[in-house]
Amino acid sequence: MAGTFGDPEIIDIETDILIVGGGMAACGAAFEAKRWAGDDVKITLVDKAAMDRSGAVAMGLSAINTYLGDRSPEDYCRMVSADLMGITRDDLVFDVGRHVDDSVHLFEEWGLPIWKDKETEGVPLKDGGKPVRSGKWQIMINGEGYKTIVAEAAKKALGIENIMERVFIVKYLLDTNEDNRIAGAVGFSVREHKLFVFKANAILNVAGGCVNIFRPRSVGEGNGRTWYPVWNAGSTYAMAAEVGAELTMMENRFVPARFKDGYGPVGAWFLLFKSKATNGYGEDYTVKNADMLADFAPYDKAAVIPTCLRNHAMLKEMKDGNGPIFMDTPTAMAKLAESMTPKEIKHLEAEAWEDFLDMCIGQAGHWAGMNIRPEETKSELMPTEPYLLGSHSGCCGIWVSGPSDLGAPDTWNWGYNRMTTVKGLFTAGDGVGASGHKFSSGSHAEGRIAGKNMVRFVRDHKDFSPSLKGDIKEIAEEIYLPVRNYFEHKDKTTAEDINPFYITPKMFQMRLQKYMDEYVAGCSTYYQTNAMMLEIGLHHVQMLQEDSKHLRAKDLHELMRAWENYHRMWAAEAHLRHIQFREETRYPGFFYRTDFPKLDEENWKCFVNSRFNPETREWELKKVPHVDLVEKHYG
Amino acid sequence: MPTFVWTDKCDGCKGGEVTACMYICPNNLMKLDTERMKAFNQEPEQCWECQCCVKACPQQAIEVRAYQDVVPMGGACIPLRTDQAIMWTIKFRDGEVKRFKFPVRTTPVGSIDPYGNKPEAGNLDDNLLFTESGKELPVISS
Repeated sequence: MAGTFGDPEIIDIETDILIVGGGMAACGAAFEAKRWAGDDVKITLVDKAAMDRSGAVAMGLSAINTYLGDRSPEDYCRMVSADLMGITRDDLVFDVGRHVDDSVHLFEEWGLPIWKDKETEGVPLKDGGKPVRSGKWQIMINGEGYKTIVAEAAKKALGIENIMERVFIVKYLLDTNEDNRIAGAVGFSVREHKLFVFKANAILNVAGGCVNIFRPRSVGEGNGRTWYPVWNAGSTYAMAAEVGAELTMMENRFVPARFKDGYGPVGAWFLLFKSKATNGYGEDYTVKNADMLADFAPYDKAAVIPTCLRNHAMLKEMKDGNGPIFMDTPTAMAKLAESMTPKEIKHLEAEAWEDFLDMCIGQAGHWAGMNIRPEETKSELMPTEPYLLGSHSGCCGIWVSGPSDLGAPDTWNWGYNRMTTVKGLFTAGDGVGASGHKFSSGSHAEGRIAGKNMVRFVRDHKDFSPSLKGDIKEIAEEIYLPVRNYFEHKDKTTAEDINPFYITPKMFQMRLQKYMDEYVAGCSTYYQTNAMMLEIGLHHVQMLQEDSKHLRAKDLHELMRAWENYHRMWAAEAHLRHIQFREETRYPGFFYRTDFPKLDEENWKCFVNSRFNPETREWELKKVPHVDLVEKHYG
Repeated sequence: MPTFVWTDKCDGCKGGEVTACMYICPNNLMKLDTERMKAFNQEPEQCWECQCCVKACPQQAIEVRAYQDVVPMGGACIPLRTDQAIMWTIKFRDGEVKRFKFPVRTTPVGSIDPYGNKPEAGNLDDNLLFTESGKELPVISS
């Protein structure tokens, strides 16, 4: 029977493994899991968008930021740890490090163009081709089609009949008979009047990071020009938290310093073109403020200054009135051109533009609209609004079981690599906390690790028969509540957007953004907060939580927005509670606890983990001891 | 920098249920006005300007114009993509035009054989991925 808006057809689907998401980690998982599963284990992948262009790599990328080559996984652990101020899980990071190159070799085999040095042009990496490195860990690519290539491999591996696009999973469901055991998921089509109820033995929760919980710097049309994809709604964190999965390091955030307004990448400019960033007076602010960074020893002495400390030095200049901050592109290009032929200079210019056109076309549009030519005009830099993620230079996420063979404490492993504390619920990519710097390639590799372990889990639990907790009719009602709200009240006022009985998803998002910005260390306070401000912030988020029952949806598109913003609210609350709990300033430049302005290694060199208890509906936060498995040295 | 659709070029993908732009937009923004049979961006302030729809449009009917609350008028970045390469036309506000061409793929679209010439699945209980069969996996050395 065909459904109608608000009265959808309910479709039950049983599968052994459910992959929720379609980005790099999901594609890696599909590719790996299917090989181990054979035809006996059913795998279903559900994507909110279309896999060819979904997730963080949808637009493309101009570099692969994690390729080890002849570097060791130990060194990789040192770099990741230092950039994230000492608190990372070496077992998880090392594990990505030892598998990641294999994924990159596959990308190249599948058709991704990877730049090589002149001597080994045309030689694949796996046969000794030397990549053009823009940094110690990064390699340059022609990556406009990166995601389409990786998606093709995943789709073919899994079989198109096992992939559902434009279906948005909004909740996970626990099992009736077994405590703390995943049993299914529920979501809806954003194109048809269909609600899907999945029963699964194991679920991979890989729906990306979280964008747009803070008021962005551009608030009109420019609202869409976020640095990370605007469609990443924190679903990964929210849905895991709601079923009681333990989260870790949710206080961590990423505030990228990027080209102002367009948010174009700076990596190639710093690393490949050797450009310098300065304050308005032409001074190198990291050198000028080196003493200030020493307050955050030993991390200031890392081989590469941690990203947050570079922001810290930049913000000092901005607060002191020494802005704007510039990327000195003309000097860098002139210097490179000194030893180049005119043809090589033309190539250099194309490389500079490709860096944007492959992954941040808006920045190229900004330059074109502003008549900025990098060889002639400097460009401004600016730290963005905060983002939550676990794959880039950030490490918030979910606490997972790690590999068994790396000498980690017993409490870091409970049998299945990348399984969360909820039995049968796995994650990867942006979902895994305390292990940043995976980027696109590492997320794919981590998805593969999770994919294999899910097949093992399903083999070991083949007698499990999921029994969904809760009444499906009631759950369907809850999911469609925004539609009910709309129909019940829309005709009571003459303009349907102004109605005292409901709130539009757009206004709901803007309210969340306003209060997160003002009280939870957004741009408008220069990323500063304290206990009093956090308390007010939490009060606002709790009132939003109450008002979420009054969200409205006038169509399926708005229903998607309603649930995305519900997820954002959950992710925001977790972030806030973690910041409240950690009484120190661990990541200056990302955020400041002005009531605890110092790094406190003695009391806070530990993980902060949290759990929302689905029974009591209360949050519990705790310190978890940190240990280094790889020896770290600074200076 | 939201997308817009040229009225005279869009043919609504000739009455297909889902237009190319609707199919591909990662943020579900493109929508078909079934009365006019023309596509449009239903939520311009949520557009990431990824240009996925622009590249996919069979009629080259979609372009992006810069966010008007951020960027002065007159510039444009217009792609023309084939299965092997992408050609960009960059129009500056002051009228200058630059053109760049970059490869996007070294193999024919649709040619990937994910498991061709790859090892069979090995031991499900070890830590090796299937393509790493026979490899000795590094562990942490101090």
